[in-house]
Amino acid sequence: MKVLVPIKRVVDYNVKIRVKPDQTGVDLANVKMSMNPFCEIAVEEAVRLQEAGIATEIVVVSIGPSQAQETLRTALAMGADRGILVNTDAEAEPLAIAKILKAIADEEQPGLIILGKQAIDGDNNQTGQMLAALLGWSQGTYASEIKLDGDQLTVIREIDGGLQTIKLATPSIVTADLRLNEPRYASLPNIMKAKKKPIDEKSPSDFGVDIAPRLKIVKVTEPAQREAGVKVETVSELVSKLKNEAGVF
Amino acid sequence: MATLLIAEHNNTELNEVTLKAAGAAAQLGGEVHVLVAGSGCAGAAEGAAKISGVSKVLVADAPQLDKMLAEPMAALVVSLAGNYDAIVSAATTNGKNFMPRIAALLDVSQISEISAIIDSNTFERPIYAGNAIQTVQTSEAKKVLTLRTTAFQAAGTDGSAAIENVSTPDLPALSNFVSEELTKSDRPELTAAKIVVSGGRGMQSGDNFAMLERVADKLGAAVGASRAAVDAGFVPNDYQVGQTGKAVAPDLYIAVGISGAIQHLAGMKDSKVIVAINKDEEAPIFQVADYGLVADLFTAVPELEQELGNIGL
Repeated sequence: MKVLVPIKRVVDYNVKIRVKPDQTGVDLANVKMSMNPFCEIAVEEAVRLQEAGIATEIVVVSIGPSQAQETLRTALAMGADRGILVNTDAEAEPLAIAKILKAIADEEQPGLIILGKQAIDGDNNQTGQMLAALLGWSQGTYASEIKLDGDQLTVIREIDGGLQTIKLATPSIVTADLRLNEPRYASLPNIMKAKKKPIDEKSPSDFGVDIAPRLKIVKVTEPAQREAGVKVETVSELVSKLKNEAGVF
Repeated sequence: MATLLIAEHNNTELNEVTLKAAGAAAQLGGEVHVLVAGSGCAGAAEGAAKISGVSKVLVADAPQLDKMLAEPMAALVVSLAGNYDAIVSAATTNGKNFMPRIAALLDVSQISEISAIIDSNTFERPIYAGNAIQTVQTSEAKKVLTLRTTAFQAAGTDGSAAIENVSTPDLPALSNFVSEELTKSDRPELTAAKIVVSGGRGMQSGDNFAMLERVADKLGAAVGASRAAVDAGFVPNDYQVGQTGKAVAPDLYIAVGISGAIQHLAGMKDSKVIVAINKDEEAPIFQVADYGLVADLFTAVPELEQELGNIGL
C-alpha cells in the first residue's frame, strides 16, 4: 500500500513568537523553522508501516515556500521515499491545501494518507478532515494507535472523554495525535541518503486549484498579558488569600 | 438569517458546552436552531428544547448517528444546510472532527476555535498556542464555525422550543464504531468545572495523583494534567490541558508540579485565578500565576488538603 504524508513547515515549537507591530501577522524573519511536530508523528507512523512490510512506498508532500524543501528532506531522512513540493509563497487556507492534496491523491492513488492533526501555527485542525470529505474517504482523526489488517483499518482515537476505537474502510485518512508514536531522529547516513532522493516540484496552478484566501485577516494582535502575581510563603497564607482576597471559596 | 447549532450530547443528556455554544450562537443574530443527532436521543432533544433563545430543535435519530462519527454527521448536516447561513458547534473532539468535513462538502472555509464574536462576520481566535490573537472576517455564503466554549457565557434553560424530527439522508457506511474507553469520574467535567487542580511531570507517578484528587474532592474540582504527565502515562489523555488538549477557564486553576510550557499555558491562562505550586522558583508558570508557592509539592499538597479542611471544606 502506498502511503501519502502531507507535511508543513512551521515556526519551531520552542520559539517564542512575536506579533508584528503593524498587526499584519507574526514575525517570521530569522525565526527557526521546523517540521510541524504532528507532521513528524505522521511521517514516523508511515515509516513504521513500511518497516512492518505494510507500506510499500511513502510519498511526502509539502505546500509552501521553496524552503519547505528542507522539511521534505527531513522526512526523506526519516525514511520517506520521495517528495513533492508544491511551491507557493502564499499562505493557503486549509480548504485550498485540501484541494491540492486531493488532486495529488487522485494522481498517486495512495491507500492511506496520514497527516498531523493540526499545525501549531494556525491551530486550525481542518486539513485532514477536509481532504477526507473531498475524496469521499473515511477519516480517523486524533489517532493514538492504528492497525491495518488487509483493507480494514482500526484506529484508536483520543476523544474528550477518553479513547474511542473505530474501524474504517480504506482508502482512508488518519490524523496523528501526540501519542501515536515518538518520531525518530534521522541518522547521519540517512540524512546523506535523503539528499539523493527525488523531490518533484509543482505549483498550485498545476493542479488547477485557486488558492486565493476566502477569509480576510483583519489583524493579528498580542493576547492580553497576565501580570505575575505574588509569591506566598506558606500553604496557610495561600488558603487565606484565596478565601479572603480572591474570594474563590 | 438563521444559525444551526449542532448539539454535543450523549443521547440521554445535553452536554453543558452546548449551552455555552448557544450563548455564542445568539450573538450571531437571527434564529438559532439546535440539531440533536444521535440514536435514542430524545432525552438530549428535551434538554436542547429548554435552551433559552432557541426557536427550534431538529432531531435526527438513527443508529448510524449514535456516536456522531464524521462521515454520517457531515452527510446529515449538509442535507440540512440549505436553510442556514451559519453552522456552528462547540470545539469538542466531536465538533472538530465533523465540522471541517461539513465545510469542505459545502466548499467553504471554516473558522476554528472562535474565542470572541466581534460581529456576525468577524471573529477572534487564538493562533500559535494562544500567543497571538487573529481577527478574521468571512464573506463565505455559509459560515462554518467552531467555538471555544470557555470564552462564552452559557445560555439559560428557560426555553421551550418546538421539537421536530428530520429525515436522515443516505448515510455513508465508511466508518464503524467498535468500542470506547471513557474515564469514569464523579468529578465535574474538566471544561465545565469552576475549579481545576492539575498535575504535571513533578507528580512523578500516577499514584501520586491521588493527592490531587483528594484536594479536588474537597473543592468540588476537576482534575487535569499537563502533556508531560499524560505522555509519562500518569493519567489518561482526556486529562490534558493545553494547545492540543482541552482549553479550560475556571474561576480557580491550581497548577501543581507543572513548569508552564507555552503549550500548557495556551489551555489555561484565561482562568480567573491561577495558583502555582512548584519547587523551581524559575518555572515559567509563576509568570502567569496570581499566587505562587515555591515548595515541594509532596509536603505542600497534603498541607493544602488539611488547611482546606480547617476552613470547613
